[in-house]
Amino acid sequence: MVREVSESCMDSLLTEIVSSYCNRFYANKPELAARRIEAIGYQVGHQLSERYTIERPRFTDHLEAIKFICKDFWSELFKKQIDNLKTNHRDNKFRWLSRMSGDPSEISGAAQDPSTMSENKAAQATGMHLYFPCGIIRGALSTLGIPCAVSADISNLPACSFVVRIKV
Amino acid sequence: MAPAVPRSGDAIFANVERVNAELFTLTYGAIVRQLLTDLEEVEEVNKQLDQMGYNIGIRLIDEFLAKSNVTRCVDFRETAEVIAKVGFKMFLGVTASVTNWDSEGTSCSLILEDNPLVDFVELPDTCQGLYYCNILSGVVRGALEMVSMKTEVTWVRDMLRGDDAFELQVKLLKQVPEEYPYKDDE
Repeated sequence: MVREVSESCMDSLLTEIVSSYCNRFYANKPELAARRIEAIGYQVGHQLSERYTIERPRFTDHLEAIKFICKDFWSELFKKQIDNLKTNHRDNKFRWLSRMSGDPSEISGAAQDPSTMSENKAAQATGMHLYFPCGIIRGALSTLGIPCAVSADISNLPACSFVVRIKV
Repeated sequence: MAPAVPRSGDAIFANVERVNAELFTLTYGAIVRQLLTDLEEVEEVNKQLDQMGYNIGIRLIDEFLAKSNVTRCVDFRETAEVIAKVGFKMFLGVTASVTNWDSEGTSCSLILEDNPLVDFVELPDTCQGLYYCNILSGVVRGALEMVSMKTEVTWVRDMLRGDDAFELQVKLLKQVPEEYPYKDDE
């Protein structure tokens, strides 16, 4: 029996840490705040990846590892399916599409409430939250021997794309 | 229409969206670690964890009230029981127990023997003085403030410091009774 907590615990925690870094610790320094949030995600991704792969044989190639992160790892973590994995072998760029519209928090939450925030702020708040999953992905992949850079593309909300650029 | 019956912590927890606790535990650990790096002073980290907890608590109370069907607690005793059995359960998936009541019924302890925040956590020696779970004290304080109870919440026992349980003392400082603009019989 896997131990669980309410989703609202996780959401509240994330919302609050993003808010603390953006409005209190590094107010007016969004790049610094972003890096810290990403670093927190990285730590989580690193530790989770280590745990999940302890009993598995090493991955044969990058694609296998990415597929693992994309499927088992991701759905275990976020209970959502990644819809689409597009690879671009020439540029070593993988683009995932993750439909997060069913999730009341994180992504669509901020975007759906334009009355309280100006559109810019809403987009920024949404973007800040995403540094966390970007960090998780980067941390997990790095631990599997794939150094990379991960960014999120929210030009098509509520759909969210994570772009993974592998460092060669 | 019959009044809604308060729901049990188990029933609510079974019906909310839940996530893998490991993700939560690791995220909280990464947060504390990052705060220690960025804020450097253990006391400052304690303070910020409490503040974060407070900010979470003042919002979480809405979900609690909406899902638990708890209307008004008659007294602080009932409030404490509800926090321990329903509040903790519906969010953290664990129940707490309530003990150590003072004679006036305004101070008690919430005891947590099982705490998802600290699974697999060990504190290095460099963290002397850290209240790792301080976010919880803020959450309790914030939530209670939203239902007009001003409290002081402090740690009495901390398993990460070698104690055998987590014990939070909750002291009611002030209860502002709800004021209605009209008398009942008008």
